[in-house]
Amino acid sequence: MATTTIPSPRSGKVKYSRNRGSGSSFEMLAWLFMRLSGVVLVVLIFGHLFVNLMAGDGIHAIDFGFVAGKWASPFWQVWDLAMLWLAMLHGTNGVRTIINDYAERNGTRLTLKTVLYIASFVILVLGTLVIFTFDPCPAGAVTDLPSFCPAP
Amino acid sequence: MPTKPAGTLYRGREGQWSWVGHRITGVVIFFFLLVHVLDTSLVRVSPEAYTAVIGAYKNPLMGLGEAGLVAAIVFHAYNGLRIIAVDFWKNGPKYQRQLLWGVLGLWVITMVPFLIRHLSIVFSPITGGH
Ligand code: HEM
Repeated sequence: MATTTIPSPRSGKVKYSRNRGSGSSFEMLAWLFMRLSGVVLVVLIFGHLFVNLMAGDGIHAIDFGFVAGKWASPFWQVWDLAMLWLAMLHGTNGVRTIINDYAERNGTRLTLKTVLYIASFVILVLGTLVIFTFDPCPAGAVTDLPSFCPAP
Repeated sequence: MPTKPAGTLYRGREGQWSWVGHRITGVVIFFFLLVHVLDTSLVRVSPEAYTAVIGAYKNPLMGLGEAGLVAAIVFHAYNGLRIIAVDFWKNGPKYQRQLLWGVLGLWVITMVPFLIRHLSIVFSPITGGH
């Protein structure tokens, strides 16, 4: 089978003239963001999975006290906040691409993307509020509190 | 008259199938993430509410689901790095196939220890006061 070699992009032989002068660089920035956020997410997600599923007693250890113990530390608050924002923006942009690819009617595309943006916005705001307004020793609670809480 | 273009990056074979896999895992992870933020938000409702819902996840069926999810994330992560290499490394497009075999190899190397650890936890009785 004869193989056709394709010159690699930006190798000088290939000149792209698509979208010349369309003005907005949004799509290029979104493309770049997918790659930059991807690299950071590998570290954040692998660390998250290792600490929550592999270390200690693994997934059996997860209860309120486990989460409270982590979020009592600013380190894990910042870690989880960065992971939440990067993963949500990355995932939302990825699903936006997929909707653009498959939904052919303008109305369908608009509807699906509106639902997507609302869902993502709600989850981002909710997740951020939970991380920042979290109280590891809520008054009146008795079960599963982390050990550093004052005795009820 | 050529009927089948050869050497096209993303038509058939490794290039196209890895793209299909990347797309499906991406969507699956996204929907999981929506639910995952919702269930974690229960820590803000009460310790009892959170621990009750997480307790309902602690059975072998969910354990297998978690294993599948981690498998999807690990594939998406490594293949994502492969996409980045194809885009930014000058020999990336030429070696995209070999890179995919690298992705699959690393995926196996990551999943074997993970599955041994995770499944042995999932299929052992819950100990301690939880
Ligand atoms: C673990 C680290 C991750 C890496 C290295 C990574 C990398 C990538 C890359 C490079 C792309 C391709 C973008 C493009 O073609 O322009 C992509 C697409 C995508 N990613 Fe990720 N990603 C990661 C995590 C995630 C997470 C956590 C989610 C879900 C919340 C996600 C959902 C998606 C979706 C839906 C797409 C679109 C797929 C498509 O267009 O076919 N990814 N990812």
